[in-house]
Amino acid sequence: MYAGRERPTGGFELFAWFFMRISGLVLIILVLGHLAIMHVIHTVDEIDFDFVARRWGSPFWRTYDLVMLWLALLHGLNGLRMAIDDYVHRRGWRVVSLAALAVIGFVLLAMGTQIILTFEAPTGQMASGLP
Amino acid sequence: MRVLMKIKRFNPERDRAPYWAEYEVEVEPVDRVLDALEYVKWHLDGTLTFRRSCAHGICGSDAMLINGRNRLACKVLVKDLGSPITVEPLRGFPVVKDLVVDMEGFFAKYRAVKPYLINDELPPETERRQSPEERARFDDTTKCILCGACTTACPSFWANGAYIGPAAIVNAHRFIFDSRDRGAAERLAILNTRLGVWRCRTIFNCVEACPRGIDVTRAIAEVKRALLFSGT
Repeated sequence: MYAGRERPTGGFELFAWFFMRISGLVLIILVLGHLAIMHVIHTVDEIDFDFVARRWGSPFWRTYDLVMLWLALLHGLNGLRMAIDDYVHRRGWRVVSLAALAVIGFVLLAMGTQIILTFEAPTGQMASGLP
Repeated sequence: MRVLMKIKRFNPERDRAPYWAEYEVEVEPVDRVLDALEYVKWHLDGTLTFRRSCAHGICGSDAMLINGRNRLACKVLVKDLGSPITVEPLRGFPVVKDLVVDMEGFFAKYRAVKPYLINDELPPETERRQSPEERARFDDTTKCILCGACTTACPSFWANGAYIGPAAIVNAHRFIFDSRDRGAAERLAILNTRLGVWRCRTIFNCVEACPRGIDVTRAIAEVKRALLFSGT
């Protein structure tokens, strides 16, 4: 019934709301999968450097972890942004807390992405006594 | 039955802070909280101030916080609450006196969403026709009586009084989804702001508070979805 009518401008908040819905749905699948693989099927006792190196030998798992990192971090950061929006009213504190959030978010995203994309398993001696 | 009424009172001309006043009243179990309030005003303390008009759950003037929940004093029976009964003014609005709150800001937001039919097309010879299905699309939101129970139960509104609030969105919804109306785009643009629908955190307090049983959160979600699909 909106076809042909003047269209309102969407804006960041609309996008953020939609992102929260979609990322939430995708994360349910990704996180449950992660939980099952890393904590149920394999336990923490058998997960070591070799395990991770072998896992990240496959581009599938690198992509899996990269998507999960981005969605989970941005989903959480946006949630925190809303909490700050609701509860931090003083202008100075708002600027400080939102800036801190942005910096922490950027650093964590950059570090995580760099590790997932550039990690190289040491060849040859994978099963040896690496930490 | 005898009931203890604990009423939060405040007279800005005399009191520095609100205080609790207690009154013992004799009521029938099937009396409403409004009857108990009137008993206090008529027989115990004539200075007690509260709003009421139709006293039958339609005009929406006697919404207040009764035993910690927003309800209409004319719609809740004493026997369903027991004793004591606590009565406070709606939260988040400035108190004028006792249970009377200043609702001017509330109605300004209501007016902001243009709660009237917008259609410049020439009306047909008889009337603008609408199918039962088209009418059903917005039936739920026609039930709003503008009592303010939803908006003053909303933590997002408590956190930021500039939030347009569930009541205004409900009344926008009533026209946005009316097939005879042509003002949907205007209203959606008004609601598509940080202090518009995007302040809603889907807490559902509004649904619990509404004395008319309107599914308020669903209505807000439908407006959000309409914004999404109306193109960005």
